[in-house]
Amino acid sequence: MTAFVEISDVSLMYPGAGASETLALDHASLSIGKGEFVAVVGPSGCGKSTLLKLVSGLHAPTKGSVIVAGHEVAGPIKIVGMAFQNPIMLPWRTTVDNVLLPLEIVEPHASRFRTNRKAYAQKAKALLAAVGLNGFADSYPWQLSGGMQQRASLCRALIHEPDLLLLDEPFGALDAFTREELWTVLRDLWKAQHFTVILVTHDLTEAVFLADHVHVCSKRPGRVISSRNVDLPHPRDKYSVEFVSLVRDLHNGIAEVRAA
Amino acid sequence: MGKLERAMPWLFVAGLLIGWEFIAVAFNIPVFILPRPTVVAQSLYAQAGPILENSWVTLVRTMAGFALAVSLGGVLGVAIGSSRLIYRGLYPVLIGFNSVPKVAVVPVFVIWFGTGSIPAVLTAFLVSFFPIAVNVATGLATVEPELLDVLRSLGARKSQILMKIGLPRSLPYFFASLKIAITLAFVGTIISETVAGSQGIGYLMMAATANFDTPLVFAGLFVIAILGIVMYAIFAVAEQRMTFWAKRGDGFFT
Repeated sequence: MTAFVEISDVSLMYPGAGASETLALDHASLSIGKGEFVAVVGPSGCGKSTLLKLVSGLHAPTKGSVIVAGHEVAGPIKIVGMAFQNPIMLPWRTTVDNVLLPLEIVEPHASRFRTNRKAYAQKAKALLAAVGLNGFADSYPWQLSGGMQQRASLCRALIHEPDLLLLDEPFGALDAFTREELWTVLRDLWKAQHFTVILVTHDLTEAVFLADHVHVCSKRPGRVISSRNVDLPHPRDKYSVEFVSLVRDLHNGIAEVRAA
Repeated sequence: MGKLERAMPWLFVAGLLIGWEFIAVAFNIPVFILPRPTVVAQSLYAQAGPILENSWVTLVRTMAGFALAVSLGGVLGVAIGSSRLIYRGLYPVLIGFNSVPKVAVVPVFVIWFGTGSIPAVLTAFLVSFFPIAVNVATGLATVEPELLDVLRSLGARKSQILMKIGLPRSLPYFFASLKIAITLAFVGTIISETVAGSQGIGYLMMAATANFDTPLVFAGLFVIAILGIVMYAIFAVAEQRMTFWAKRGDGFFT
């Protein structure tokens, strides 16, 4: 199977004056099949978020290449949906209008947005309902709780039916209950639509709960140093023996990386 | 808002006027030095015709200059805020321009355009466009990079980012500047009218000064103050309607 996302031998140097140049990624390679759910974990500052920016085309690699869906990434690509650690809603738009934002930008939706606005709004409301935000479409984001905003942010990342969903610690700022509820929301959306997901996180339980493959990054400059497959069937029980031992293995692996 | 809170501005103005009246009577201050509020009111009533006529002229000139300032200042702000090159090139010039006292420019305008409305409109424009341009530019320049990433990751063009994020995001700054700019525009018009005018409240006040008619001068000041408050209030309401999302709490008020 040819990979859907192929990151080969990528290095990225953040420019700065003299010694303040930082090497965020050092010859990192990663290959992701279509429809896979992949988690990237590692110590903070290891270049996990940088990896996502490379895949989305927000940054260009200093060395190496990133290929998505058979094309080398040279700028922002439109088959991508992205959600960040903060929901980053536009405060002047209602929740449904926030969710609709990608459709106003991404073709072929953008050119028919005005005429099909009602149908699109219906679709957005259905998606909001699917993540448990029924009845909040016309509220402003600042009237919603952090967890609700993050749900809406997930909807915005998915409204244009991207083939590739990039998640940059999207549940990091939430309380434990909301976080775990959103894991199941994300899992069910993924099961239903089968997009490819790259999830960056430092929550190992989250990674094992959701992903098919978990990749561990070294500390800065980041590199993928080990990968684990998660063969447990969904829905996963995070208190099962296999689950716990997998999390412990990953934990020990990262502890070694940090100590090294 | 409680009854007292609503009444506060009126109570304060009433207190100020009564205090003024009392002090003027108590110290027997001559009318041509500091007229009492009641004398000013008499003058307002007696000269209502000319005052209304000239206020109208001043108002129209101010609004014309202000409209120019809003459109040109807005465009300039967007240009400065969205292009580093333009920012680099234009900003020092703008600051220099703004530092020039506008009173000094009025005679030049008179040489170019005569003493009609044009110098007044231009002065109002010159005084009031700067805060608008600076505020709009600041609004654009301080857009959170995360907001930009959301649109960039979708492959948005620069013009789309400006329309979807930049302009809405800078609206609160824009409206805040309008409230400052409208009061400045009055200052500009009146400066021009006092230096070289044949009409307008500024001219009326100059003429009254020449006649030692201090109550009429104060009547003019009152009219200007009232016009300023009314225009400010209008833009404050517009701001509240357009940018309610930016003001969600009571701010620093307790």
